[in-house]
Amino acid sequence: MSYTTLSLTLIFVLIPLFLSKTLKLGLEKDTIIATVRSIIQLLIVGYVLKFVFETESIVYILLMITLMIVAATLNARKKGKAIKGITWKIALTLIVVEVVTQGILLGLHIVPATAQYIIPISGMLIGNSMVLSILFLNRFTAEVESSRDQIELILSLGGTPKQAIHKQLTNSIKASMIPTIESQKTIGLVQLPGMMSGQIIGGADPVQAVQFQILIIFGLLTTAALSSIMVGFLSYPTLFNERMQILKSV
Amino acid sequence: MTQFHETVIKFENVCYETEQLSILNNVSGEFYKGKITTLVGPSGAGKTTLLKLCNGLYSPTSGEVYIQNKPINSYEPTTLRRNVGIVLQSAPILKGTVYENLALPYTLQNKKFPKTEAIKFLNNVGLDESFLHRHAEDLSGGQRQKVSIARTFINHPEVLLLDEITSALDPSSVNDIEQLILKINQKYQVTMIWITHNIEQAKRVGDYTWVMMNGQLLESGETNILWNNSNKYIQNFVSGVQEV
Repeated sequence: MSYTTLSLTLIFVLIPLFLSKTLKLGLEKDTIIATVRSIIQLLIVGYVLKFVFETESIVYILLMITLMIVAATLNARKKGKAIKGITWKIALTLIVVEVVTQGILLGLHIVPATAQYIIPISGMLIGNSMVLSILFLNRFTAEVESSRDQIELILSLGGTPKQAIHKQLTNSIKASMIPTIESQKTIGLVQLPGMMSGQIIGGADPVQAVQFQILIIFGLLTTAALSSIMVGFLSYPTLFNERMQILKSV
Repeated sequence: MTQFHETVIKFENVCYETEQLSILNNVSGEFYKGKITTLVGPSGAGKTTLLKLCNGLYSPTSGEVYIQNKPINSYEPTTLRRNVGIVLQSAPILKGTVYENLALPYTLQNKKFPKTEAIKFLNNVGLDESFLHRHAEDLSGGQRQKVSIARTFINHPEVLLLDEITSALDPSSVNDIEQLILKINQKYQVTMIWITHNIEQAKRVGDYTWVMMNGQLLESGETNILWNNSNKYIQNFVSGVQEV
């Protein structure tokens, strides 16, 4: 695709801008910022990936993955600011997700150990883990705030913090995993996943594209479960102090 | 006269603050074994905070709370809370049957609660066996509060903290709950601290009364301190509440 052709896709940006202006939605500034950022970020990533793929250096691969984890952590932690140490908790979760998934993929030779496979797959799995962490933290903090009475009831009957918060924890883990599971139920019927579509457009064999997509969706399931459960179990103890009291603000 | 009673809970210069507010300011006083002490005072006086300091749901910012002459922090929290039970105004009910709610104190200790025991506790609070398998969420306010009292009492607490447990109930249920609490107090010699906005109720049920205002203990003593008190704040509070 030439740059002239690519520039025509800006029509897709003009449509929401026009609608936002006409309906006074006030989204023009955010739309422009998002457009400019996505162009700059993707162009930079494109050139960086080209460089990393050509060098095939393990150092650059690790550096790319580290950057992804740092960016995802900084983004996800905003939703759990009231939870002590949330930054390292999310970072640790993302590292574990990356190590477990890549360990299985590379250790069992499911994909070749090259930058061309490791980096895009890491991006998808870390990105999903970030979204799962955000969904979990959003739900968990809201659940805890709205059910302080029930939490204090269980504590006051002699329950431990883990018993007191068990319902809110499991509800939040389930709620954050539901979108991943539900979207997989309709995959291929309602939506064609981005990676698969990209490969097909790029000229790859559709069956091979599907095989890689299956690999990714299975990986996403592990990612979803690991992310919600790890962030949850690392977070809930910090909502209580050593006297088993729930802290004032969550 | 008060010095002849055994002290169960003692507050010594207790302050409690949040980041923005001072909730309790230098509160000192004692609660006596087997007696009912009513806590009265306007909203925001710090009454509920004081109650939650008694069973370790909160800890003082400064000062000390003693339970049976030992600092509260020397008790393991879960043991302390089973021994100092609290019944909340909202009577929080968990989804499930009345039996599941009553069994909660046992479930938390990984023990099975015998149904015969559950029926005994239901009968004690004036509810019959037919309630056992009813959905707790379908109960009336008075019935919920009775289940809530029974559930707290299953731990056999020596102290019972009651946070405005009749404020949302109709007069008939108020009378039922008052009689139930008095029965528990007399039969089991349970020490009780009872927050109420109702001065007449404080008079009916209380042996002792603490009057609180703006986080301070204005007055404490036998319940008749509420009447013929020289303190203008207390006079105003009592007459104001009675007028309402």
